[in-house]
Amino acid sequence: MDLSVSPEQIAFRQEVRQWIQDAMPADIKAKAAGGGHYDHEEQMEWHKILYAKGWVAPQWPKEVGGTGWDIGKRHIFGEELVRSNAPQLSPFGLMMVGPLLIQFGTPEQKERFLPKILSGEEVWCQGYSEPNAGSDLASLQLRAEKDGDDYILNGQKTWTTYAQHADWIFLLARTDASGKKQDGITFILADIKNTPGITVKPFLTTGGTDAFSETWFQNARVPQSNRVGPEHGGWTMAKALLAHERTGIGGIAESKRWLQLCKRIARETPVGKGSLFEDRGVRDRIARLEMRLRSLELLQLRTLAAAQVGRAPGPESSILKLVGTEIQQETTELCMDAMGHDALGWLDSPPEALPAIEQGVASSFNYLRAATIYGGSNEIQRNIIAKQILRLPTA
Amino acid sequence: MNFDLTEEQQILVDSVAKFVQNDSPVERFRKLRDTERGWDPTTWARMGEFGWLGVVFPEEHGGFGGQFVDLALILEQLGRGLVAEPLIPSVVLAGGLLSELGTAAQREQFLTPMIEGRTSLALAYAERQSRYSANDCQTRAEKRGTGWALSGEKTWVLNGHAADQILVLARTSGDSLDAEGLSLFVVDGDAAGLERIRVPGMDGQRSALLRLRGVEVGADRLLGEEGRALLPLERTLDRAAAAACAEGQGEIQELFERTVAYLKQRSQFGVPIGSFQALQHRAADMYAETELCRSTMILAAIAADYEDREKRQAEISAAKLQLSRGGWFVQGNAIQLFGGIGVTDEQDEGLFFKRLRVLQGLFGDADWHVARYQGLPGFGSDE
Repeated sequence: MDLSVSPEQIAFRQEVRQWIQDAMPADIKAKAAGGGHYDHEEQMEWHKILYAKGWVAPQWPKEVGGTGWDIGKRHIFGEELVRSNAPQLSPFGLMMVGPLLIQFGTPEQKERFLPKILSGEEVWCQGYSEPNAGSDLASLQLRAEKDGDDYILNGQKTWTTYAQHADWIFLLARTDASGKKQDGITFILADIKNTPGITVKPFLTTGGTDAFSETWFQNARVPQSNRVGPEHGGWTMAKALLAHERTGIGGIAESKRWLQLCKRIARETPVGKGSLFEDRGVRDRIARLEMRLRSLELLQLRTLAAAQVGRAPGPESSILKLVGTEIQQETTELCMDAMGHDALGWLDSPPEALPAIEQGVASSFNYLRAATIYGGSNEIQRNIIAKQILRLPTA
Repeated sequence: MNFDLTEEQQILVDSVAKFVQNDSPVERFRKLRDTERGWDPTTWARMGEFGWLGVVFPEEHGGFGGQFVDLALILEQLGRGLVAEPLIPSVVLAGGLLSELGTAAQREQFLTPMIEGRTSLALAYAERQSRYSANDCQTRAEKRGTGWALSGEKTWVLNGHAADQILVLARTSGDSLDAEGLSLFVVDGDAAGLERIRVPGMDGQRSALLRLRGVEVGADRLLGEEGRALLPLERTLDRAAAAACAEGQGEIQELFERTVAYLKQRSQFGVPIGSFQALQHRAADMYAETELCRSTMILAAIAADYEDREKRQAEISAAKLQLSRGGWFVQGNAIQLFGGIGVTDEQDEGLFFKRLRVLQGLFGDADWHVARYQGLPGFGSDE
């Protein structure tokens, strides 16, 4: 066991810090100094800057465009990104379908898709849930029927987060309804922008932004070569991808940003002759959350260290999702509490009324109620732990 | 960054686990808790032979030059059997201070016999009014001839009832809350003027209340520099907190595994109770807390060797908080899921519960560590 910091790592941290400082454009810097609430264009702008540097996918293997860093360096890189409050990148390509393709894709699929995920030329979204298949995901009904070399897709997906910005969608479709429901599902990639018969309709969330969409498929034709894994083998793909997703979905980096923001807000909020940051109650709440986050971070590092020696993330990554999203919600609650009256504000409140660092907090506070629901609700995570790890009997 | 055990560490873990399984199951503790001493000198001597008591000390001090992690791994396994031999008071507290501050002669006289399992040690620092503040010390040491005379009262001295030597924290100058002016002295367990009152604990282990009435010691019994004991003491208490997390991990793991096994075995309404979703979700949360405790226990054991005070304290406090908060979740729910039999003395779970609660309250409880953490300079900065 070794967590010591080498001189090389110290130099690396310095290099990363300096590079971020130099590479961040002025408009992004301005937002980073405020609440760090970015739109899609700013996210992609930062994505492309990281890509140009070769640092966009540290978690990928080097031969497909990763950085070749060990987890120590990746951790430092992550910490510096948090510190800088730079935009966070869309996870659907880099964190989800990318790793899945690396694990299960054909050589042609890797060659076709991975470079454009890296470059940011193609943005991805996820088509899993349906109106009647939420937590019971395996009961999904969107049909994929074979026709020559193609699949014909018919049905509806929902919660297709940021589908309106996406070029591609990875989705689960029913290819066989005769047997066990998990055994008739296939994992398919579709060009969401250019395939006739696919319609995307964003809708507002309680956070006041259109993060979610519904996506309809009406006789949408997709080549069978866009299938990942075997026909009817989609459930295995879905589980593997969810495990990849969950290692990041705990939102540890996001929670660190929120705690950082909370401290800033507390320091800049006058109370009597001092600031809110001198309040022992507030300090204790921040401290407890920060200490708990540290526990979770160590668990994440343990999981990543296991993954580095070839063990794919397994069901234990459910803990990261379960605990991480609860912490994430608590950090936003803490920010709201620190804001006092300012927590009344909303996205269009003028800066005279709502200081820049507090802009967007209320929106995220509302939106992030979804964190304990998406990626398999936390109740589903508990089911996974109970069944797959603890092997408790089924009723 | 690497969380894997080395080959040597794995061998160590296996041998301690085997010892607990074969020679020190919980039944041994049940017998010992009824005895006056509460632990067994023959077993202690064997631990000395195995090298467990010297694993963290440098080779030139008669140890094996290991890291604190090695000791933590031993403690974790011992926790699974509620092994009551006094490793934390002898090795971590008194042994650590002797190794750090002792002269060659002092080490040879007091540390070496302990490493060999021939003697045991204790550290007397807490007092009635001090709570967890090491600097709050009213016991005084006054110059008497070339030596010193110690007077005062010490509470909750772990292994103080049985120790051959006790390190006593006393004030050689200054007021009762000053950081400067604290010194450590090596006092024999049978010294004239020392009254030892044996105090049975909730966990079935023993400590002592010490009354010192002009206990005389020679100049050679001053440990380290006069008046400068606080910093090394603080470091030692950090290591002890890490040790509590390590031993506590053994108890937490045991409670968690026993509960899951019970959920599969116990039937009500004609089915195993582990098939009920309410209980499954509770067990899933217990699993999460157990793994979080394991993560911070490792972190604390590594941080115990840090020279950087702030970094060491931040990590160890985070771990101690998790031991209290997460550990409490596991132990409380373990008893709840066992139901009525969980609160019977006959069932082992209650013994683990009690030992864990004692460890949570030693070397700073959760609130104390949270307060210390938010007082560290790094908490207020942007770094």
